[in-house]
Amino acid sequence: MQSDSAAMRSDTPSSSMSVATAGVGPARTGLMRITSLVIVRDVKLAVRHLDQVLQPLVFFAIVVTLFPLAISPVIDELRKISAGVVWVAAMLASLIALESLFRADVEDGTMEQWVLSGQPLSLLLFSKTITHWLLAGLPLVIAAPIIGTGLGIPVSVWPVLMGTLAIGTGSLSILGAIGAALTVSLRRGSALLALLVLPLEIPVLIFGARVVDLAMHGEPVTGPLNLLAAMLLLFLSLGPLAMAAAMRISVES
Amino acid sequence: MTSNTESEVTAAPRSGSRWLWFHKLSSPPYAFRTAGNLRPWFFWPSLILMAFALYGGLILAPPDYQQKDAFRIIYVHVPSAILSLQVYVVMAVAAAVGLIWRMKLAHALAAAVAPLGAWFTFLCLATGSIYGKPMWGTWWEWEPRLTSELIMLFLYLGFMALRNSFDDLQRADRAAAVLAIVGVVNVPIVKFSVQWWNSLHQGPTFSKLDAPSMTASMAWPWGLMMLAFVLYFAAVTCDRLRSEILRRERNASWLAESLRSR
Repeated sequence: MQSDSAAMRSDTPSSSMSVATAGVGPARTGLMRITSLVIVRDVKLAVRHLDQVLQPLVFFAIVVTLFPLAISPVIDELRKISAGVVWVAAMLASLIALESLFRADVEDGTMEQWVLSGQPLSLLLFSKTITHWLLAGLPLVIAAPIIGTGLGIPVSVWPVLMGTLAIGTGSLSILGAIGAALTVSLRRGSALLALLVLPLEIPVLIFGARVVDLAMHGEPVTGPLNLLAAMLLLFLSLGPLAMAAAMRISVES
Repeated sequence: MTSNTESEVTAAPRSGSRWLWFHKLSSPPYAFRTAGNLRPWFFWPSLILMAFALYGGLILAPPDYQQKDAFRIIYVHVPSAILSLQVYVVMAVAAAVGLIWRMKLAHALAAAVAPLGAWFTFLCLATGSIYGKPMWGTWWEWEPRLTSELIMLFLYLGFMALRNSFDDLQRADRAAAVLAIVGVVNVPIVKFSVQWWNSLHQGPTFSKLDAPSMTASMAWPWGLMMLAFVLYFAAVTCDRLRSEILRRERNASWLAESLRSR
């Protein structure tokens, strides 16, 4: 464990190379190990720049605040659109955090080492995507009920709201990571990233917002909830392959 | 083709003569010439068919008992709607072939057809909107087919924007190819979810575009127009593919030689 923490101390190329070479020994090449190495490293890095983790969350709160200001302060009117507003805001907040997902690792050469390391690139990138979800998706899931209450979402819907967001933001993270891997080598990638990723995320938005809406009207939600979960499974199985293919194109020069 | 052409085929075909034509197409000079030769065979029949179809659709076909003359816009609307989806499939298959077998010409084809697909999508949206005004009373209705067409347009725009963002042509090709493949997996999900979304929101969906019972005099111009659109797409694709090849091969010696010999 000592060598791991040494490797994780910073995100310079040399240290990440030792992460890669640490896995070369036959006894130590566990896929779970690689996954946990990447996740622990990224979480540690994020904890040291906590403001960057909080930014999407604050963005989420601000976007939601805009709607009462733009539409109406009457809570009954806001309740009608509350599910959609929370979902759109969550989608945009997840997108905001995506831009920096791979950038630092590509710029300092870590990603190049990963590509060359012989370890499955799809797994490495997927581990980073899990971290993105932990840092950008999970806080939204936790904060959503509190912010949703301001729009009139009743307490009885909280479990459904958090559940759909937990499943949905997972899909958003995976789709977004594909887009981030495609655009990471471009200088002005952020607007392009939104243009690429948002149309692909529309099904997640439709089902996620609808489930919450149905729950608010006291109707059964299992059908669309299952479809939302099915989409997550599809993206889980195919997404990492697309990420790896995209990243190889972005990194090779 | 002559023996002269054979010598220019770069990739030596190994998998038998059945795939020879395909391997030949991966050679830019051969593809350039073939596209040029095929183009008139697509273009002129397309124009002739279109003229017949327009005459049949606008003059011979009787006005609809319910929609009067307004229904005639489907002669443009429906073919462009069908092509907007088909072109995306063509683009994604070409991009996948380019990505998997590293065939540069397949990438050139994907690049050539993308704006055409976007244009058909736009045409479908515009005619749908014009059609919607007399039928539904509004220019825009959040109707599933219109909405999923709009998303298609965004997908095309994303593909073209990503391609234009790279300075390096090969990277642009391959990155856009990944996007096209991801998109083609997602398109059925988008279509399905938009339909589901709509069935929850509005009562009966408009099924007028389905044209359930067309009389023969209304149907045959439509069939001709569809064929004309496909041929038109093929003709313009030949043109665009040729200019794409010219752009990509501008430093190639075969191009200089063929220009000199002319």
